Amino acid sequence: MSFPDPIAVFRTEAAELLEQIEAGLLDLNVNLGDKDQVDAVFRGLHTLKGSGAMFGFDALAAFTHHCETAFDRVRKGEVPATQELVTAVLEAKDHMRALIETPAGDHEAASEVLLANLRAAVEGAKNPGAAQTAGTVPAKTLFKIRFSLPQNAMANGTNPLPLLDELRELGECKIVADRSAIPSLDLLTPTDLHISWDVELLTAQPRSAIEDVFIFVMDEMQLDITAVEATAPAARASVKSEAAPSPQPVAATQDMAAAARAPTPASALTAPADTKPNKASENVRVPAEKLDELMDRVGELVIAQSRLSQLAGGSGDLQLRAVSEDVERLSGELRDTMMVLRMVPVAHLFSRFRRLVHDLAHETGKTIELITEGESTEVDKSVIERLADPLVHLVRNSCDHGLETPEERRAAGKPEAGRILLSARQQAGEVIITIKDDGRGINKDRVRAKAEASGLIPSGASLTDNELYQLIFQPGFSTAQQVTNLSGRGVGMDVVKRTIDALRGTINVASHPGQGSEISLAIPLTLAIIDGLLVRVGAGRYVIPLSAVEECLELSIEEDMRSRGRSFISLRDSLVPFLRLRDLFRTGTKPDPFQKVVVISTGAERVGLVVDQIIGDHQTVIKAMSKLHHDVATFSGATILGDGDVALILDVGHLVAEGQQQEAHLRAAG
Amino acid sequence: MTASILTVDDSASIRLTTRVALSNAGYQVTEAVDGMDGIAKLNAGQFDLIVTDLNMPNMDGLTMIRELRKMPAHMGVPVIFLTTESDSDLKQQAKAAGATGWLTKPFDPESLAKIVRKVLGK
Repeated sequence: MSFPDPIAVFRTEAAELLEQIEAGLLDLNVNLGDKDQVDAVFRGLHTLKGSGAMFGFDALAAFTHHCETAFDRVRKGEVPATQELVTAVLEAKDHMRALIETPAGDHEAASEVLLANLRAAVEGAKNPGAAQTAGTVPAKTLFKIRFSLPQNAMANGTNPLPLLDELRELGECKIVADRSAIPSLDLLTPTDLHISWDVELLTAQPRSAIEDVFIFVMDEMQLDITAVEATAPAARASVKSEAAPSPQPVAATQDMAAAARAPTPASALTAPADTKPNKASENVRVPAEKLDELMDRVGELVIAQSRLSQLAGGSGDLQLRAVSEDVERLSGELRDTMMVLRMVPVAHLFSRFRRLVHDLAHETGKTIELITEGESTEVDKSVIERLADPLVHLVRNSCDHGLETPEERRAAGKPEAGRILLSARQQAGEVIITIKDDGRGINKDRVRAKAEASGLIPSGASLTDNELYQLIFQPGFSTAQQVTNLSGRGVGMDVVKRTIDALRGTINVASHPGQGSEISLAIPLTLAIIDGLLVRVGAGRYVIPLSAVEECLELSIEEDMRSRGRSFISLRDSLVPFLRLRDLFRTGTKPDPFQKVVVISTGAERVGLVVDQIIGDHQTVIKAMSKLHHDVATFSGATILGDGDVALILDVGHLVAEGQQQEAHLRAAG
Repeated sequence: MTASILTVDDSASIRLTTRVALSNAGYQVTEAVDGMDGIAKLNAGQFDLIVTDLNMPNMDGLTMIRELRKMPAHMGVPVIFLTTESDSDLKQQAKAAGATGWLTKPFDPESLAKIVRKVLGK
């Protein structure tokens, strides 16, 4: 058995440590008195320095040493934690990453500058803040609060939102609304309250402070407050002693650091996946490519199984049929399990936005509060990876263009701090990711003016709000007027749209002038297997993603002849253009006497595809096309059928665009 | 937009204290001298919050709260009533009539402003 490359292992570990350091710093930035975070950051730096030195990353070790020293002093109470210090170490942290990635590079000058910043931050912090740190930081407790208000609370003037705000003021707060008790629309009384709330609150305040929030409704409501864990002084002492710098072997320090990390309340707050911290040891870490490999095998098994089913179905052997049915069930279960394995919580993806928003707030001089919800929502790993860039762009956009400056906000009567809500939830085979801000909203007139100026729409065209908002995703929609150093990252809104399209997702935009905008991305949970509709065109078989299929109609020969040259069918009083796949694929065969039209859609646009036969639905394991076929636009991939034949998967987005183009062409021709 | 508050009390000094406290906190204040006057003011305008005494001539606070909860325009308006330590029965009655919160007399201007802020949000 071969051992993994120690350098690679160190790099993975270092990346995790850096993330841990960053998370600690950002938490610290919110609450500078948080002793646990100071310890966490110190431990991270300490371990990084130790492992770095052990694996020959000397520059990293030397550089990290200075940051560690600074935090050691904060830990000992010699120097207070300040915003400046946190910012200096955050910058230093980015530099550490560079030192890890290119240890041989020339980093000396940069190191010097950063260390000078660090020294300045430490010196600056020592004097004014000395009195502050003399006092001890009160221990914080993590409370789990569950409450529901009396049903008539709103009619009697109690507004739940200020209550939630009050809870937020007590400390770090994670609020989840339980909407399961909301009745269906016909039974709903709008003034009644059906929501209950689950809150995780990390606060230095006593329980009575939480009860005070609910003082007016206390008697009638259900309120359940549990102190999950108090950071007892004894526990803190032990954390301190083990984290003290010492020349003991690296591995031992790490284990202890990991053990100490698990029970801190902050980790339970920021990463819901960690709510069972003690189970961490039961996890097995597997390289992603092994999972992909396994997925491939499962896909092949599903294919082999459907061949078996076909054979068994055609044979009279009852025993063979029974075995085949068992295999079918088992492989189905295996596939579902496999899917679950590939699912990872979006928490990891969301966590990187904290840093982004922190930096953006700095650069733009705005105060921005990022709220994330539904971090435990799970999505296929490959989907998560591809979502990162579009999300970064959308969040940047919100920070940069959506939110106003503090002055503008004050003038508009809004709280100075802009708010960005990033949330994820699952809904019927899709994950919905929403980016919502309380900024100025999308300026419809400006979008229209720009779209007209760049020729995207004729001037004065009548468009619905949604159609208008969708224009911002058009490639020709120039954002030149608004480009700043923040948004000039080369990823435009059209790239966002293209990525989401490639994920077979949809984008929805809502906006209210002066109140903010909301962009929702609906993405299928997985990319690897889809439900498809298997059709025959000429002698070939093709798969149409079922999610895009609206309906199937018959196209009689007469109708086909009548419509020749004018490829439109009338579908409930609207004309839908259609494409004859037989012509498109040049099969050279005669049309079947009973051709079918499969109507597919993306968003509001529809196109009919004329096929010879509809075979039925088909669980489709998607295989990527080879590099040679990369530029074939009509197909998005291929799959292997039960009998071993290959069927190509139609690219719905492309075909709809083509059909619409053809329509526009014909319309223009008269 | 500044929130607009109706204060209902038969005591002129309490009305003044309330008006000063709430005006200083940045709210716009309208006064009414009893429940009847309160209902009349409610019929004439829209308020974000009502601060009312319970013991008043012509129409007491409890009756006023019950009446205003029947008026569609004022159903969800928060109502804070002024009470004394001793009337815990009255407190229950007021809550049952649809009051949102209370403030115990004697009160200092700061705690009134704090409670109004608590109920209205920021």
